[in-house]
Amino acid sequence: MTELAKKRPEFRNINAFKDLPSYRWPLASLVSGMHRISGAIMFLLMPFIIWMFDNSVSSEISFAKFKFAFNVGMLGLPGFIWKLLALALIWAYLQHFIAGIRHLYMDVNHAVSKEFGRSSALATLVLSLGLTVVLGAKLFGLY
Amino acid sequence: MSVNYGSKRLVVGAHYGLRDWLGQRVTAALMALFTVVLLAQVLFSAGPISYDKWAGIFASQWMKTLTFCVIIAMLYHVWVGMRELWMDYVKPIGLRLVLNTFSLVWLVGCAGWAIQVLWRL
Repeated sequence: MTELAKKRPEFRNINAFKDLPSYRWPLASLVSGMHRISGAIMFLLMPFIIWMFDNSVSSEISFAKFKFAFNVGMLGLPGFIWKLLALALIWAYLQHFIAGIRHLYMDVNHAVSKEFGRSSALATLVLSLGLTVVLGAKLFGLY
Repeated sequence: MSVNYGSKRLVVGAHYGLRDWLGQRVTAALMALFTVVLLAQVLFSAGPISYDKWAGIFASQWMKTLTFCVIIAMLYHVWVGMRELWMDYVKPIGLRLVLNTFSLVWLVGCAGWAIQVLWRL
């Protein structure tokens, strides 16, 4: 082994402030990181998800409350804040769902190669961000 | 070699990683199926989604049963996922215990609420 090859940086305990800015994020690892972030977002917002489920199915009155929260506001927060939260959930769900399908596909087909990892990661990001824009535009009434 | 303490408890060795891995895939597949089934019912209904239409989707017995299974699958799936995050990023054992406990209470509470909503439909 040459001296040059030996001097590559070694990460044992990654420091978020010192190491992450210089940390390389190939597309496949970006999708992996986003899988964790989107999962954590859905975990933290789970009471909001169930609040939406509760109010949207329980009765006509709660259904109206549900719509009111997004169109006008709730708990002193204007409607667009709740729409932004819903948008975060839409992104998180799409990202987690599509990346999850990619996982399952790779497991079933043993599709493990560097090229497929990269191209499928790119497809995941394009698809999830594209659908988020389409559904986000609908959520904010742009069409 | 793995060592058994007591008659059943496997302390180290293969297979419990596989169990978590497979469980994560099976629960994910179930939730993906639910997503497609729900989406199909929303998309193939004519006109705007009124309260009757939306609540009607969850009112049928098979949809209730499927939703119930999905809530349980989600409980398991998110627990495995969050446990993994705490294992990877939180080293102090006391804090990790607190976060693991918080995750379980949070998830069981959410699952209970969701099942309560489903039950009274």
